[in-house]
Amino acid sequence: MTKTKLIALMGASTLGLMLSASAVSAQQSGNLTFLIDNGPQSVAVAEAWVAAYTEQNPDVTIDIEVRPGGGEGDNIVKTRLATGAMADVFFYNSGSLFQAINPTQNLLPVTNEPWQAGIQESFKSVVSAGGEVYGTPFAPAMGGGIFYNRPIYEELGLEIPKTWDEFMANNEKIKAAGKTAVIQTYGETWTSQLFVLADFFNVLAAEPDFAEKFTANEAKFATSPAALRGFEKLQEVYEAGYLNADFGAATYPDGLRMVATGEGAHYPMLTFGIGAIAETLPDNLQDVGFFAQPGDSAESNGLTTWMPDSIYIAKTTANPDLAKAFVGFIGSPEGCDIRNEAVGATGPYMIEGCTLPDDVPPALADMLPYFQEGGQNAPALEFLSPVKGPALEQITVEVGSGIRPAADGAALYDEDVKKQAQQLGLAGW
Amino acid sequence: MAVSSIAGVSDVAAANRPMRSRSPYPGWFFLPAAIIYSVLFLAPTFASLYFSLTRWTLFDSTFIGLDNFVQFFREPFLVQGLVNTVIYAVVTSSLKVVIGMLLAVMLTSQIMARGYLRSVIFFPVLVSTVGVGITFTVLMHPTAGAINQGLALIGIKGPGWLVDPKLALYSVALVDVWKGVGLATVIYIAGLVAIPRDYYEAARIDGATPLQNFFYVTLPLCRPATATVITLSFIGGLRTFDLIWAMTKGGPGFASDTVASVIYKQYQAGFYGLSTAGNVVLFILIAVLVVPLTMFLNRKQGHE
Repeated sequence: MTKTKLIALMGASTLGLMLSASAVSAQQSGNLTFLIDNGPQSVAVAEAWVAAYTEQNPDVTIDIEVRPGGGEGDNIVKTRLATGAMADVFFYNSGSLFQAINPTQNLLPVTNEPWQAGIQESFKSVVSAGGEVYGTPFAPAMGGGIFYNRPIYEELGLEIPKTWDEFMANNEKIKAAGKTAVIQTYGETWTSQLFVLADFFNVLAAEPDFAEKFTANEAKFATSPAALRGFEKLQEVYEAGYLNADFGAATYPDGLRMVATGEGAHYPMLTFGIGAIAETLPDNLQDVGFFAQPGDSAESNGLTTWMPDSIYIAKTTANPDLAKAFVGFIGSPEGCDIRNEAVGATGPYMIEGCTLPDDVPPALADMLPYFQEGGQNAPALEFLSPVKGPALEQITVEVGSGIRPAADGAALYDEDVKKQAQQLGLAGW
Repeated sequence: MAVSSIAGVSDVAAANRPMRSRSPYPGWFFLPAAIIYSVLFLAPTFASLYFSLTRWTLFDSTFIGLDNFVQFFREPFLVQGLVNTVIYAVVTSSLKVVIGMLLAVMLTSQIMARGYLRSVIFFPVLVSTVGVGITFTVLMHPTAGAINQGLALIGIKGPGWLVDPKLALYSVALVDVWKGVGLATVIYIAGLVAIPRDYYEAARIDGATPLQNFFYVTLPLCRPATATVITLSFIGGLRTFDLIWAMTKGGPGFASDTVASVIYKQYQAGFYGLSTAGNVVLFILIAVLVVPLTMFLNRKQGHE
C-alpha cells in the first residue's frame, strides 16, 4: 500500500512541478501530502485548514494522510523518514520525541521563514536542533493537571485544593458521599502517567536544577524525594480506594465521559481533553473544571505545562515552497481562527496575534490564569530533558494498581531511562 | 510404514547416483529461486545478526559489540517474559492436545450434525486474531463485560480476567486455545481416520472396553498427529504476539509480557539494535527448545 501511495505521490508531484513551472501569479499551485494522527480533533482541524487554504489557492490540492497515534504512530513516522517516503508536511511531537527523529538530517529548517517571527521562543526551543528551528505549533499549549466535576464540588461544598493533603481530604468526602473520587483509565496505559508527569512543577519548585542533573545522570527519581512524590501520589489514591471499579480496563474516552457526567469527581489528564469533551459531550462541557496537580505547599501552586505538538516539513519534499506557504498559513493568526472555529479553544496559543474566543469553556478558563501575569507554571520534564523512558506507562500502571510499591517503581524507571540516554548518545551514561 | 518408504526412496537415490550429473535441468534453473531466497531471507537474516551488535537509530548505527545482548538480559521484565513465554506455550499446546483429541474422537464417531459441528469448531481458526482479541477484551471487561455479567446473574463475582496480574496471561492463553483448537482437531481427525479398522476389530475380539480402545489403540496410533499438534502449537506459543498485543499489550504492567512483546516494545521505543538482538535471542530460544522436542517426538514415533 505504501508503494502505491509512493507512486501516486511521485506522479502527483511531477504534475505539481509542471503546473508550478507554468504558473506566473503569486498564488501557489501544486500538490502536497499532509500526514496527521487519527484523533478526531486532529482530523477535523486538518480538514478545516486544508479546505480554507485550497479555497484561497484553487490550484493547490492537499491530500490528508492519517496514521495511528502513540507508539504505532512513532514507528510510522520514523520508518517513513528513514526510507525517504515521508509526506511533504507532517504532524509530530515536540520535545524529547522530536529529538529522536534526527531533525538535522530529515527535516527542512524554517528558522528564517517570515511566520516564525510571530512564534514564541519557549515553543521554538522545543523544536530546535543544531541551531535551527524546524517546527510550527499545531495546537495551543496544554497543561497537565486534574479535571474535576463542578456539580459534585458544588453539591458537597468542596474548595479547589491547593495542597495534596487538601486534595486527599476532598477525595475522602467524595468517597464518603458514595461517589468515585478519582478516575483512572489504565485500559489505555499512557493515561496512567499523569500523576507522575503533571507533578513536575512541584519537583522543580523543590529542586530547580533537577532536569539538568537528570539529563547528566546525576539525579534520579528514586533518590530525589521531590521526584518520588509523583509515584507516591499514584500509590496513595489507589491504596485509599478512591478509584473507579473498572480502572484497569477503562479507556481515555471512558475517563472523559465519567468526569463530564459526574460518574467520577477527578480525572488527571492533559487539557487537550477539553476539545474531546466539547466534541463528544457538548452538553456537559460546562460541568468540567480544571486545577493544577497540587504539591505539598500552598505557596508554590502551579501548573505543569506541555508545549503543543508541531508541524514539520520533510527534507524530501518535492515542493518546498508550497509546503512552507501552507505551514506558514497554519502558523498564522488566520490558522488559529480556523482552529477555534473547527474544534473550539483548548488553550493559549504560542503564536502572536492569535486570540481565544470570548466564551471559553470553564476548564479552559480555570487553566488560563496559570499562564497569565502572577500565575505560576513550569514545563514538563520532557521539554527540559531529552531523556524519557519508554516503559513509564507500564510502571505507572503497576504502581497505580498496587502491583509494585512507589519506590520500586521509581527505581525501575531510573533503569528504563538509561537505554534512552544511551541511544541518544548523551554524555555521562 | 513411513520409515520403510523413506528407506525405499534413499535406495532408489543410491542406485541412480551416476545418473544425477545428467539431470535434464541445468543448475541455473535454480537461480531465480536462489536469488529470491537470498535477497528476501538470507540477506536480512545476516544483516540482522550484524545490526544486533549495533546501536541503531534507522538513520545510522554504531558498533557496540555484545552490549545489546547484555542490556537485553538485564531488562528487568525479560526474565518474567521468558517464564511467561514458556508457561504460555506449555499451557496452550497441552490444552490444544487434550481438547483437540477429545473433540476429534467425538467428531469421528457417529453423532448428529457431525459436518456442521466440525465447521463450527474450525471456524475460529479462520477469524482474524486481532478481531478475536478485541472481541474477547470486550467480553472480559471486569464490570461491563458479558462474561462477568453472566456470572453475576448466577451470583458469582467474576474476576478481572485481563486486569488481574495473576490471571491475565492465562486468560489470553484460554482465548488462544479457543481460537487454535480447531486446527488441532482437524489434524487429529485426519490422524484418527487413518488408523486401520483392523486394530479396533482385533481389540473388540479381545473384549476391550471403549476406554481401553481409546488408551491402547487410538492414543498410540495417532502419535504422529500428536507430534504435529504439539510442535506446531508449541512454536506458535513461543513466538506468540498478536493475541497478547491485541488483548493486554503485555499488561497490566508487565504481567503478561512474553519475549515477543518485550521485543516489540523495544522496537516501538526506537531501540532498533536492541530489538534486533532480542529477535536473535528469540530465534535461538525457539531452536533450543523445539529441536530437541521434535527429535524426541520423532524418535518415539520410530519405535512404534
